[in-house]
Amino acid sequence: MKLTTLLTSAAMALGLATAAVAADKTKVGFVYVGPVGDGGWTYEHDQGRKAVVAEFGDAVETVYVENVAEGPDAERVMTQMALEGADLIFTTSFGYMDPTINVAKKFPNVKFEHATGYKRADNVSTYSARFYEGRAVQGTIAGNMTESNIVGYIGSYPIPEVIRGINSAYIHAKKVNPDVQFKIVWAFTWFDPAKEADAAKVLIEQGADVILQHTDSTAPQAAAQAAGNVITFGQASDMSEYGPSPRVSSIIDNWAPYYVARTQAVMDGTWASTDTWDGIGAGMVGIGEISDAVPADVKEAALALKASLADGSYHAFTGPLNKQDGSVWLADGETSDDGTLAGMNFFVEGIEGDIPQ
Amino acid sequence: MIRLEKRPQPSRAWSLATPLVAVLATMLFGGVLFAVLGKDPVEAIRTIFWEPLFGEFSFYYRPQLLIKGAPLVLIAIGLSLGFKAGIWNIGAEGQYIMGAIVGAAVGLAFYPYEAWYIFPLMVIGGALGGWAWAMIPAVLKVRFGTNEILVSLMLVYVAEQLLASASLRFLKNPEGFGFPGSRNLQSYESAFNADLIEGSGMHWGVVAALIAVIFAYILLNRHMLGFHIRLTGEAPRAARFAGVNPSRLILLCLGMSGALAGLAGLFEVSGPAGQISIDFNVGYGFTAIIVAFLGRLHPVGILLAGGLMALTYIGGDIAQSNLGLPSAAIQVFQGMLLFFLLALDLLTNYRVTLRTSEVA
Repeated sequence: MKLTTLLTSAAMALGLATAAVAADKTKVGFVYVGPVGDGGWTYEHDQGRKAVVAEFGDAVETVYVENVAEGPDAERVMTQMALEGADLIFTTSFGYMDPTINVAKKFPNVKFEHATGYKRADNVSTYSARFYEGRAVQGTIAGNMTESNIVGYIGSYPIPEVIRGINSAYIHAKKVNPDVQFKIVWAFTWFDPAKEADAAKVLIEQGADVILQHTDSTAPQAAAQAAGNVITFGQASDMSEYGPSPRVSSIIDNWAPYYVARTQAVMDGTWASTDTWDGIGAGMVGIGEISDAVPADVKEAALALKASLADGSYHAFTGPLNKQDGSVWLADGETSDDGTLAGMNFFVEGIEGDIPQ
Repeated sequence: MIRLEKRPQPSRAWSLATPLVAVLATMLFGGVLFAVLGKDPVEAIRTIFWEPLFGEFSFYYRPQLLIKGAPLVLIAIGLSLGFKAGIWNIGAEGQYIMGAIVGAAVGLAFYPYEAWYIFPLMVIGGALGGWAWAMIPAVLKVRFGTNEILVSLMLVYVAEQLLASASLRFLKNPEGFGFPGSRNLQSYESAFNADLIEGSGMHWGVVAALIAVIFAYILLNRHMLGFHIRLTGEAPRAARFAGVNPSRLILLCLGMSGALAGLAGLFEVSGPAGQISIDFNVGYGFTAIIVAFLGRLHPVGILLAGGLMALTYIGGDIAQSNLGLPSAAIQVFQGMLLFFLLALDLLTNYRVTLRTSEVA
């Protein structure tokens, strides 16, 4: 017998069995790329899982496996969860994309939710957050606060997600401070406290007095604290332990409402494959409290921008905007379509340096 | 008073028994650890060791054991040859990465052309990639007397940078919407290292691992080179008198372990993993060092040790999901295994005696 048929029949037999035994208990699995105690990305996904437990109590059973390497290990862990009777599985790293699609093919009755990817199927949804909206708010604060007019930016990998964040922060910093300059260091890691600290130190030595990071550890915060007179923003998680300064605000990933809604949909039988990309408005992107280190008028401007992004009256990428090479990207008043944003591979005009290609 | 007394000869009985005793001690102390964490220790141990082999879904887990164990065995066999001769290649992880990059690059160079000879060329590319990367510490050691432990280890980090570069630049999937990572070789038939019998987990990497075990066994027991390797490790001076050329041995041992690690990388990237990505390497090259010692540097022992490691990985993930054990506890459990093995190693060379202290 072929494995696929074997697996499907096993899954079906199991599906029948669980339907008989625990008809009302929905099993939800979570696959994590890091440890739940990382204080950033995985931590926030696990907060979402806990919210599902808090919301549905005994009606759900959640399981998770942490530190799952991308590739064959991820495929095995997902298969294992599906075999053990999971109804819904959240796979929370970009690198789980192909494994998710592979496993979903073998288990047509199990629903899958893949974070930050672009491949979907009848039983695979994708979801991500419009973090660039949060970057716009950061950029506004950064542009106002910098005295040296140099903003340091720790990039992780040169992928669309990160490039979008840099562009959004730069555009909004430039709006409030035409003299602002961005210095970008690529760390080529999501989580490596030593490398991140080095990157922060290099940027501070080059005169940056604001550090933005797209990496997940608190090491840049610590480096800024040691240097003094440098401000930072929490990434993925609030990182409020570094407030009120250097950490003056943060972007918080809030997956809880989405996880609760999708679990509910599976329970109601209304789950359908979708592509969700929510921002501040839907509550998927949160802005951590802006501390008193920020002057009242700057705080007010930042909150006003946040409100206009939330209600949809303003788009973070609104023309006139040119690409780095000077060619026109968006005409006056025009806003970017999601397709361009999803695959963004260029800097906007004014940013110096090249994207590593 | 407890005293340690050196044995005139290493005990053969203990040499065979210590791996088993180490596994039992790990189960015992691991069980205590799980109990302290508030989990049923018997259930946890059963989940880790029994579930993948004989549990309800073992039809799925057994093939996975082959997939997880094959690269470990393949790399460990290569490492054991060097370790026996006192040549310490710690950088198998880097050679594994280089094998994968070169092998995948050979395959992708032909894309989308289909031909039977593409996969064999990739295999050669993978072996050459790993071999060449291992030749750097080998040549530096032979020529300038550098320490191969440091050089091979540092080259792992260089290889990781090249891997990131390959995923972002020269092997990036042109249809990947700007995301890092190569094309998926699983959907390129000529380059796909598929299961030989579907669903069996038996891909070419597993076959290569088994061949490597047999090859190493014959080499060490029936061949002059194997004798030289053992002699150099056990009695370097005697080896020199016997006419062993140390430079040649260094080049051969590092070369073979590099080529085997490169092969493991190639079989992984073209099969289970499918693509070159920034986080392609998951530590097989380092875990293989544990496997090599757990298997007593003996080919058959390594085969069993690779299976055991694979079992704790797969069982550990099941225990995480089913029993809510944190992954850190599983890692401590695996660490215990090596610790007990090395600690009990003492009994092979020393005898514990109880006697009253003598008057000097």
